[in-house]
Amino acid sequence: MGKELAAVIGVGQTQHRSARKDVSMAGLVREAAMEALEEAQMTWKDIDAVVIGKAPDMFEGIAMPELYLADALGAVGKPMMRVHTAGSVGGSTTIVATKLVTSGVHKRVLTVSYEKQSESNATWGLSVPMPFQAPLVAGAGGFFAPLIRAYMHRSGAPRHIGHLVAVKDRRAALRNPKAHLHIPDIDLKMVEESFMLWDPIRYLDTCPSSDGAMALVIGSEDVADASESPKAWVHGMAMRSEPTMFARRDQVSPLAGKQCAKDLYAQAGISDPRAEFDAAEVYVPFSWFEPMWLENLGFCPEGDGWKLTESGATAPDGDIPWNPSGGVLSSNPIGASGMVRFGEAAQQVRGCAGDYQVELKTGKALGHAYGGGSQFFSMWVVGRDKPTS
Amino acid sequence: MTNTFTAEHALEYPGGYTRSVGPVLGRFLTGLRDGTILGVRGRDGRVIVPVQEYDPVTSDALGGRDDDYVEVGPAGRVITWSWVAQPRPGKHPLERPFAFALIRLDGADTTLLHAVDCGSPEGIATGVRVAPRWRSDRVGKITDIECFIVMADGEQPTPAPARTNVPDDDTEEGPVTGMNSAFRLEYKIPAGAATRRYLNGLAEGKIIGGRAPSSDDVYAASRGTDPKTGEPTSIEVEIADTGCVTTFCIVNIPGLSELAPEIPYVSAQILLDGADNMMFGLIRGCDVDDVHMGMRVKAKWADELKADHRSILYWEPTGEPDAPYEHYKDNL
Amino acid sequence: MRDVAVISFAASGVPRESESNEVEIIVPVLREAMASSGLTKDEIGFVCSGSLDYLFGGPFAFVAGVDAVGAVPPIRESHVEMDSAWALYEAWTYIQTGEVDSALIYGFSKGSIGDVHEILTMQTDPYNLLPLWPSATDMAALQARAFLEANDLDERVLAEVAARSMANAKSTPYATRAGDVTVESLLAAPKVADPLRAADIFAGSDGAAAIVIAADDVARRVCKRPAWIRGMDHRIEAHNLGVRDLTRSESTALAGAAAGALRGKVDVAELHAQFSHEELLIAAALGLDPSTTSINPSGGALAGNCLMAAGLERFGEVAKRIWAGEADRGIAHATSGPCLQQNLVAVLEGE
Repeated sequence: MGKELAAVIGVGQTQHRSARKDVSMAGLVREAAMEALEEAQMTWKDIDAVVIGKAPDMFEGIAMPELYLADALGAVGKPMMRVHTAGSVGGSTTIVATKLVTSGVHKRVLTVSYEKQSESNATWGLSVPMPFQAPLVAGAGGFFAPLIRAYMHRSGAPRHIGHLVAVKDRRAALRNPKAHLHIPDIDLKMVEESFMLWDPIRYLDTCPSSDGAMALVIGSEDVADASESPKAWVHGMAMRSEPTMFARRDQVSPLAGKQCAKDLYAQAGISDPRAEFDAAEVYVPFSWFEPMWLENLGFCPEGDGWKLTESGATAPDGDIPWNPSGGVLSSNPIGASGMVRFGEAAQQVRGCAGDYQVELKTGKALGHAYGGGSQFFSMWVVGRDKPTS
Repeated sequence: MTNTFTAEHALEYPGGYTRSVGPVLGRFLTGLRDGTILGVRGRDGRVIVPVQEYDPVTSDALGGRDDDYVEVGPAGRVITWSWVAQPRPGKHPLERPFAFALIRLDGADTTLLHAVDCGSPEGIATGVRVAPRWRSDRVGKITDIECFIVMADGEQPTPAPARTNVPDDDTEEGPVTGMNSAFRLEYKIPAGAATRRYLNGLAEGKIIGGRAPSSDDVYAASRGTDPKTGEPTSIEVEIADTGCVTTFCIVNIPGLSELAPEIPYVSAQILLDGADNMMFGLIRGCDVDDVHMGMRVKAKWADELKADHRSILYWEPTGEPDAPYEHYKDNL
Repeated sequence: MRDVAVISFAASGVPRESESNEVEIIVPVLREAMASSGLTKDEIGFVCSGSLDYLFGGPFAFVAGVDAVGAVPPIRESHVEMDSAWALYEAWTYIQTGEVDSALIYGFSKGSIGDVHEILTMQTDPYNLLPLWPSATDMAALQARAFLEANDLDERVLAEVAARSMANAKSTPYATRAGDVTVESLLAAPKVADPLRAADIFAGSDGAAAIVIAADDVARRVCKRPAWIRGMDHRIEAHNLGVRDLTRSESTALAGAAAGALRGKVDVAELHAQFSHEELLIAAALGLDPSTTSINPSGGALAGNCLMAAGLERFGEVAKRIWAGEADRGIAHATSGPCLQQNLVAVLEGE
């Protein structure tokens, strides 16, 4: 951790939907930002700097949108930055913003991420055909489904494990009013009968495409101490990147993810993540990534992730709830999805998660995001209590 | 100079972006459709044109009440201008040379950027009075004002003509809630030296790889470096056109790409004999349900070879015994 | 704040007809910056880059950079969709946390593959400005005229800036426009975007730039005379040109004051002016006196504006002169957005 402590003192997020036709892009980010400011009991004047993040600009057809959003986000006359690290961007944006505080440069930073995917189409935006590059003929799922097959082969996981996650996260979302997908009668049969898209991925194993935004107000120790708002203290932050492809790359459980988690746990003093976190909000865009990341993040020995999922340990009432908010499988404004994970982890330790609040024992939670070809990772640990060392 | 290793590329979202505008911008755009220009009162009382949703100084939300909106202009004064000698067809508002100007409309405290049709740079000057020339087919977009024109002394602005695109039926047009934004950006993209070597190899029916200088790892379709070290992979190696399927998926979604075959089809990761990295490829020549991890495959080359990825049509089973899991497990 | 210094710099200008891809452009520059830093790859604590997908023509331009860096074992890495000067700012704040002691920063683009003036229009208000497609030059020309008329100046002052830029650029290997020209010859040229002439508008450039920064003892160990970053700040203005005072650069003034630009003599200033008048606006906002400060001795961005790298290059050009003992104190400036909407100012000093 840095030389200064930092805490989340305000969290805001939009209602996620497939199309937020009621607002402009500025209106969308503003909705999340205002809620975060109000929660932090602040006004625009209190904010020292603004950091925004989102996935490729081609989604909305506007380059470097921080320029256009300066007024909407109260940044005029202040420092403003824009982060872009593919799918992990919501997480890495949060980390960049938090480091502005832990470095001692600023005391109150607003960070916002968003995607308004209904302005175009995610499949197009993610795979614009480029000359001379080997054409992608199978879409995004075609990239990840083979990795899932490799995981199933490696671990011996039975075929229904992914469907269990698909049901669990959609059931959790029913308690989260801001979630995009609310499927009241979701069950295993419905998932099993949903259309097979990229065998072994079925339709209900995949995430939706959402319009939405997330915002956090990060305060320094003195600011947080003086605030009446609930706090989520930052106990550790880590980022790691590796190339999309290299000789003998472990694509199922990438080294970058393992090293990122190791660094993170060392900062936060975590030796047994399953026992020491009350909840984890982890980037699971395809259901099978829950057991894969359970292993990659060290919640269980390699090969045992699916057993943890199957046992119900990761359900909201299990011993280590994963994605009690409903996760990426229930809301996916791509550029914001990582920050939603980080923010939902904060909401749990702040005791602000409403109907999907987990029981706090250690008072610590994990936020996780990844992107690209499972190559960019960002993570943080937040706690109800101040870090002790 | 034309060159096959530099290709035309267009960035264009098919059909254009569908933008929703929210109620505040919607009010301004609805005004334009009606042939009026609205400003909005900022927190300091000044009238801002075009209407914006948030105050440029305080960031407070603007336009929450009806009386926050003020009709301005339509005439105004040029505050500064620049000359566009070579208009961009399909993008700029006019096809003949024109001026861009910041125009302070009567009743406004800020300026509006728009085009002025004045023939030549001599036809415009800072301080001249201008008025809008409206389109008759107004849709609720800033381009409903085709441009501004310079007014003679004492001349009055011409009101917007009646709309020619009012819906015929009795359905009432609601306020403007969105707009379409279609555009095309054009590029000329070079292949890069490493990709050029690879593609030239394909034209000769060969798969060319690059060898990493410090590890001897061989990369098929190298982008020019060993991604592990960043060292250039300038040593060329010919790789076999045979290998094994390491993992795959069966695609049941039609239309994912122009090159996609009929569904269902198999998209696989393939480890070539003599290469240390994965390539993506389609597996054909057998039932999709017969494809499996470790299956030996061979490139199916096009009849007519070109310096193009499509020279390898797909990969088909060789019938050889499967590669042992040990052979490819580290590349999963 | 920790003492952090610029310890190495490399930049390239590749021929516009070059067929190199992004990876091939970045690699030599990274290798040169690393070699002259005296640090090994393992010793680099953080890597941060700046690029723009719209200049690349597709999504995820920055991913190419990860292949160029050589990120195995995995690295701490991030990316801003901004000029890489802001990547340097991000890296500087990371070093300020005390968690890492050094960082490699790079930026790149191949502007020649598209129409950069048009691509930059994509930065504007998508609802009420983008549909009119004012190019970056069209908007800059509006500001140029407002500036000239407010100060009762004529275009000669612009030509003077352009002529000096071209003369200075003769000593900058990666510049794309250099040579000795007279102010009169420039004024005799036709206007391209009245009041601007071709020489007043940045010369395009393809390439990359890379810098290594390091803290305290690390910098002292590997660099005889590190260029210490004594202050750095950046500010943004409102997006609507019509609400801004285009006759001055308010955000440059704010950032400059916060960075401590005025607290001492300034031997050299490298200003990211993409148009002649912008140099005058920025210099005025920073209170620079051309008689005592050498402004854009490299020729600046007018002589070669490799978008996303040009702001970072300003740091490198100031640092070079500090390393050589030619300057004790200098200012590096970077800009983003139409008409100097966002500006970053840093103060660099020798020991």
